[in-house]
Amino acid sequence: MYRIVKKESLNPTVTLMEVEAPLIAKKAEPGQFIILRVDSNGERIPLTIADFNRATGTVTIIYQIVGATTQALDHLKEGENIQDFAGPLGRPTETEDFKKVAVVGGGVGCAIAYPVAKKLYEQGCEVHSITGFRNKELVILEEEFKKVSNKLVLMTDDGSYGTKGLVTDALKTLIESGEKYDAVITIGPLIMMKFVCALTKEYQIKTLASMNPIMIDGTGMCGGCRLSVGGKTKFACVDGPDFDGHEIDFDEALTRSSIYKPFERRAHEEVCHLYEMEVK
Amino acid sequence: MVINMDVLKRIPVKEQDPKVRARNFEEVCLGYDKEEAMEEASRCLKCKNAKCITGCPVSIDIPGFIKAVEAGDIEEAYQVISKYSALPAVCGRVCPQETQCEQRCIRAIKGESVSIGKLERFVADWARVNDVKPEAAKEKKSQKVAVIGSGPAGLTCAGDLAKMGYDVTIFEALHEPGGVLVYGIPEFRLPKDTVVKSEIENVKALGVKIETNVVIGKSTTIDELMEEEGFEAVFVGSGAGLPKFMGIPGENANGVFSANEYLTRSNLMKAFDENYDTPIAAGQKVAVVGGGNVAMDAARTALRLGAQVYIVYRRSEEELPARVEEVHHAKEEGVILKLLTNPTEILVDDNGWVKGMKCIEMELGEADASGRRRPVEKPDSEFELEVDTVIMSLGTSPNPLISSTTTGLDINKYRCIIANEENGQTTKEGVFAGGDAVTGAATVILAMGAGKAAAKGIDEYLQNK
Ligand SMILES: Cc1cc2nc3c(=O)[nH]c(=O)nc-3n(C[C@H](O)[C@H](O)[C@H](O)COP(=O)(O)OP(=O)(O)OC[C@H]3O[C@@H](n4cnc5c(N)ncnc54)[C@H](O)[C@@H]3O)c2cc1C
Ligand SMILES: Cc1cc2nc3c(=O)[nH]c(=O)nc-3n(C[C@H](O)[C@H](O)[C@H](O)COP(=O)(O)OP(=O)(O)OC[C@H]3O[C@@H](n4cnc5c(N)ncnc54)[C@H](O)[C@@H]3O)c2cc1C
Ligand code: SF4
Ligand code: SF4
Ligand code: FES
Repeated sequence: MYRIVKKESLNPTVTLMEVEAPLIAKKAEPGQFIILRVDSNGERIPLTIADFNRATGTVTIIYQIVGATTQALDHLKEGENIQDFAGPLGRPTETEDFKKVAVVGGGVGCAIAYPVAKKLYEQGCEVHSITGFRNKELVILEEEFKKVSNKLVLMTDDGSYGTKGLVTDALKTLIESGEKYDAVITIGPLIMMKFVCALTKEYQIKTLASMNPIMIDGTGMCGGCRLSVGGKTKFACVDGPDFDGHEIDFDEALTRSSIYKPFERRAHEEVCHLYEMEVK
Repeated sequence: MVINMDVLKRIPVKEQDPKVRARNFEEVCLGYDKEEAMEEASRCLKCKNAKCITGCPVSIDIPGFIKAVEAGDIEEAYQVISKYSALPAVCGRVCPQETQCEQRCIRAIKGESVSIGKLERFVADWARVNDVKPEAAKEKKSQKVAVIGSGPAGLTCAGDLAKMGYDVTIFEALHEPGGVLVYGIPEFRLPKDTVVKSEIENVKALGVKIETNVVIGKSTTIDELMEEEGFEAVFVGSGAGLPKFMGIPGENANGVFSANEYLTRSNLMKAFDENYDTPIAAGQKVAVVGGGNVAMDAARTALRLGAQVYIVYRRSEEELPARVEEVHHAKEEGVILKLLTNPTEILVDDNGWVKGMKCIEMELGEADASGRRRPVEKPDSEFELEVDTVIMSLGTSPNPLISSTTTGLDINKYRCIIANEENGQTTKEGVFAGGDAVTGAATVILAMGAGKAAAKGIDEYLQNK
């Protein structure tokens, strides 16, 4: 059992949790993830390690409430326990040789992008962060990003905060204005990453995309997390989650991410209903 | 009392009716009762030079335990078996007995062999129901041994070392111990909550600690276990690894699964049970590609989830690597065998879902290196099989998580860990290995045999250290 030592709502659908997991905190590197199970009948879901504290032995996760499991997780309070919490899984994001990097995050993907930006910044790399949200209400981690970026451009789809437009608009503007990046690291919805990668391909800038396919074990046993990279089948949980953005078959990944849609909608409804009854 | 008129024939064992069981996840085979077991035990000749033992990878004293069954002393029978095997209720169910102990049985020369597996199962089930436990070590040793993976190899190695008195901890990546026994082999062949759990409890009762959610190579490494955590020896029983795919077009379409994913969803995550959250896209018309035990299990699981199921296999029935009993059960339940058939492409609809599978007919040519006749394509015999789900069951290739994070641990060209067959010793001092991680996908009892050999190897190593 893994105790929740802190819980904080970042926006109406995104929550931060700090969880006691000393073994994971000791090993974690930016770009890695954990797999958790809320209770003994629950699903295994992957969440990125948004931050870690080796001294206190805690790991931070930031999750968006999208379906049954993230809802059940959000139902837990400070001091309560998560049944299973395994990691750190996946390979850390490659951050070694870069001098200047653009980190492009979308929505809750910013939670995954943040520790990467932080590590790059701490290594002395020049970091330009671009974060995008649908509207002002959904903005997360603004202060945190400011602290680890030489430049931060915050975008909203509707212009209710920051600059109006998409992250690709901001990235294009920066590149066109003469910024030379060793790499672009992008994390967010598949469709956003697809367009970021299409853009950087035009300018031939090395791009890493952090993929989040459906996973079960996360240890390289089931093959559920597979995707096509450069025409080869790769397993995101052991070979990734970061891949060369110009080699990823995003269209296939988009189709695959919808496999369980019909099931998830049902699970969501059932859980909502249950919670409603509890409230009553 | 059942009267067996013909000693050449075994006492038949009760099974669920095929029509009924094809729609439920209850166990297929119902096992003997005590009278039937005693009657069957009386068929054993208690040979002095018992050939059956030579066929058992863990050398169970078969006449020894059967003698006790015949006398009605089931507790004694259990203690005899427990000396050799930590998982008798599992082996009695899933061991390929017909090609091991039972094949060498003297009785088999003229009639049917003694039903050794079913007797073993009866004894183990009786012990569970009557709460009889194996005997723990009397003297404890202070040396610590780490075991990686809680499949049959790891559980056996850990159990044997604990009986010798060592301080043993198993590290398991998943949230539940058991390896393939919990995530691979389905409920209807191997009940999880009763059989598997209680045998794992027995291993724990010997003093073995099990830490779940620890992924060696990620959460910690073998080098750290040995240098920082004080483990003096390590056994690696991490299993067979990543599923293989064919590399044909359409393989990443929605509706194509590896058998591991399909079975894990159903077994470990219990997707077939509506009280659990994990979904499974069961399919209406399912093709399972492959012919091993894993393929049979995937096919019979899909059938139970309501699908019409084909097994697509490129050789003929004779070459099917699955156990005869499993093929027989699958056919009885209504799985359709499409033999001498090989897929060439998976057809995908506009939404990215499987809509069919292009196949080609095969015929058997010359024998290949494995001694089996090699299948070759029949010209112009392509046809389409209408299916909405494809399950690939083509074997696995080892996961590099452990070998790539351990200094001095060598692997062979198939990426399996290199280990001495006799004692499990790897190329790294103090590190031993066995089971599917060494041999590639094999069987429960071979994994147990390897775990046992390694326990002896570790004991010798630590005694001389
Ligand atoms: C390596 C990795 C790291 C991740 N890190 C984070 C993170 O830090 N924060 C976070 O909020 N989410 C993260 N995710 C996504 C997260 O795992 C899913 O949101 C979660 O599994 C949804 O579970 P659920 O039961 O609540 O929703 P479900 O009921 O399973 O799904 C609800 C909706 O979410 C979509 N969905 C389901 N699984 C995924 C997935 N794996 N990726 C994207 N969409 C999905 C479904 O299509 C559906 O529309 C990560 C995924 C991976 C693979
Ligand atoms: C569907 C199916 C049906 C089968 N049917 C039969 C049958 O009828 N009869 C038969 O004899 N055999 C059968 N087999 C084969 C048999 O189950 C295996 O040969 C046997 O389980 C191998 O045992 P093992 O201990 O080597 O590995 P496994 O049982 O695979 O156990 C390995 C364990 O190690 C864990 N692990 C892996 N990596 C790590 C890591 N880095 N850190 C920590 N833990 C780790 C895994 O999670 C797993 O729990 C079947 C296999 C399958 C998949
Ligand atoms: S463990 Fe397997 S091979 Fe050995 S006696 Fe039992 S059934 Fe036969
Ligand atoms: S060979 Fe057959 S008859 Fe002889 S002891 Fe073994 S089981 Fe009994
Ligand atoms: S999640 Fe199962 S292999 Fe990656």
